[in-house]
Amino acid sequence: MEPFQNLTGILAPLDRANVDTDAIIPKQFLKSIQRTGFGPYLFDEWRYLDHGEPGMDCSHRPRNPEFVLNDPRYEHASILLTRENFGCGSSREHAPWALYDFGIRVILAPSFADIFFNNCFKNGLLPIQLPPELIDRLFVKATQPEPLQISVDLPAQTLTLSDGEVIPFAIDPAHKHRLIHGLDDIALTLQFAEQIRAYEERRRLEAPWLFS
Amino acid sequence: MAPKTLYDKLWESHVVRVDETGMALLYIDRQLIHEVTSPQAFEGLRLAGRKPWRPSANLAVPDHNVPTRDRTAGISDPISRLQVETLAANCRAFGITELGMDDPRQGIVHVIGPEQGFTLPGTTIVCGDSHTSTHGAFGALAFGIGTSEVEHVLATQTLPQRRSKTMLVEISGTLGPQVTAKDLALDLIGQIGTAGGTGYVIEFAGEAVRALSMEGRMTLCNMAIEAGARAGIIGVDDKTIEYLRGRPMAPQGELFDRAAQYWRTLVSDPDAQFDRVVRIDATAVAPQVTWGTSPEMVVPVTARVPDPKDESDPVKARGMARALDYMGLTPGMPIVEIQIDKVFIGSCTNARLEDLRAAAAIVRGKRIADSIKQALVVPGSGLVRAQAEAEGLDRIFIEAGFEWREPGCSMCLAMNADRLAPGERCASTSNRNFEGRQGSGGRTHLTSPPMAAAAAIAGHFVDVRAL
Ligand code: SF4
Repeated sequence: MEPFQNLTGILAPLDRANVDTDAIIPKQFLKSIQRTGFGPYLFDEWRYLDHGEPGMDCSHRPRNPEFVLNDPRYEHASILLTRENFGCGSSREHAPWALYDFGIRVILAPSFADIFFNNCFKNGLLPIQLPPELIDRLFVKATQPEPLQISVDLPAQTLTLSDGEVIPFAIDPAHKHRLIHGLDDIALTLQFAEQIRAYEERRRLEAPWLFS
Repeated sequence: MAPKTLYDKLWESHVVRVDETGMALLYIDRQLIHEVTSPQAFEGLRLAGRKPWRPSANLAVPDHNVPTRDRTAGISDPISRLQVETLAANCRAFGITELGMDDPRQGIVHVIGPEQGFTLPGTTIVCGDSHTSTHGAFGALAFGIGTSEVEHVLATQTLPQRRSKTMLVEISGTLGPQVTAKDLALDLIGQIGTAGGTGYVIEFAGEAVRALSMEGRMTLCNMAIEAGARAGIIGVDDKTIEYLRGRPMAPQGELFDRAAQYWRTLVSDPDAQFDRVVRIDATAVAPQVTWGTSPEMVVPVTARVPDPKDESDPVKARGMARALDYMGLTPGMPIVEIQIDKVFIGSCTNARLEDLRAAAAIVRGKRIADSIKQALVVPGSGLVRAQAEAEGLDRIFIEAGFEWREPGCSMCLAMNADRLAPGERCASTSNRNFEGRQGSGGRTHLTSPPMAAAAAIAGHFVDVRAL
């Protein structure tokens, strides 16, 4: 995984609550057996006016002018601003893969769905939970004629807006450590292989039916 | 010793170690695998030169993409076929048991786990699928994970996890006739919202939960994820143990008795403390129908489509207006006047034998309305299908005009050929009514099997209690 430390990017306001994983990446794209290539189909049903199918060349598809990521101001956004319960629905990791592949690295919302939130950290995405009033304020700033730029400093846990405002944010220390160093979770866990085996030995005595 | 919740017991018996930040490494006893969320996990193992830690702790089945008719012809969509074939190849290469498409035991991953006795009380169970919460009905800690975590479990048999908060949903009273576990689940989600359970593991308890069959308990736990919870769990009782006796992958003979003795301890202690308690009176719950594009947008069948004007929160009101627009409904319209085009009886929520029996009881001797374009019954597994056929349920459905299909996820998420056309309206026993879930532009109304069956006969929603 790519380490994540600092990033400066445009904030795209997606003013919807309960954005689900089916909306982030519709299911016809889940048939891929790869991890990459989902970016062009991110938010497919909202972004395009026609029906998308895997393998389609998206450069000629009719775009929905109303959809925020089609607004020239936000085309190259790397930070997404959204409403509560973002990423609800299925456990599919295709949702963070699609966001990442599109170029999104940071998501700001009042709340996230649980599985999606965890999946983000495993794929180099930084989801940040902020108080609803602050999110409301960011929506106002992000929808001005001039788009809002934000500098994200993960080590310092701050967001610095292009107008000078500095917003601190909280993050689980374990998540922070893994993101900053781009650590592979599996390698980290395998350092404790002995302890896993010891657990299994103990458990085999207590519950032998689980090992037969 | 301080009284413990069931969750505390399940958690504490699986902690391998805890690091300085409080992150635990949790041992995972069982993993279920399907074709959609596993290819990239196996690929990851291969790239890193890793092997599964304990191949026998895994069980795989293709379900999301499989066709539900003409199986002999194979899968016509080349991309679906590749995914299903990739699963089979990966299972062979890594020594994992797979119930392939032609296996009589094949079915939806959350139906076959319990059916085979792979799901056991006191275990931790994961699957790259959010409805893994289903298995919590057996007093197991079961939750959905992403593909990176599937790979992590394959490679290490563990997952780094933080402890969840606990919520007790205490359901007193008795359900009325034709009111089901599905209605209880939808009623709860309507009350606490789809984010109401975020950060919690929900334990369902109380008189009405004890009275539910294992099938009904699975339906309830299945929908816990739609309330945002990490998992749903139910304490072990005689029903749990009797359900598992004799299942092929469950312990047998003397070992079963020993296991059962342990399983009986898997209940919350009296006076155990929960972080939040929600009480529901089952007696007051009516059959439920969703009207919008989120499971929390739900009302009793006797109600009307709500009006965004009555909602004080502007973000919510906008969401309601958008949902009504997508669903093609007008505020104030009685639910029973909603005309439907298609009916889907299936999914890991409601495709077990009891569900099919309940739907067949409504349908028996009747015909679906002329206006219904298609009515599907998709059993949850090959064994459910066979048993239903042995009871003659297939005849009842077919004579009424339903199609009787092979097991799989089917129109629950429309990854195979079964789907809604844009604008089509469906009464569905599945668990998600998101935009486009059952086909691009399709309109889904979630409801129980008897309600879906009754809607098929009438051509519109009806209060199944009044039939
Ligand atoms: S039936 Fe539907 S919800 Fe259940 S596992 Fe299949 S797709 Fe997921």
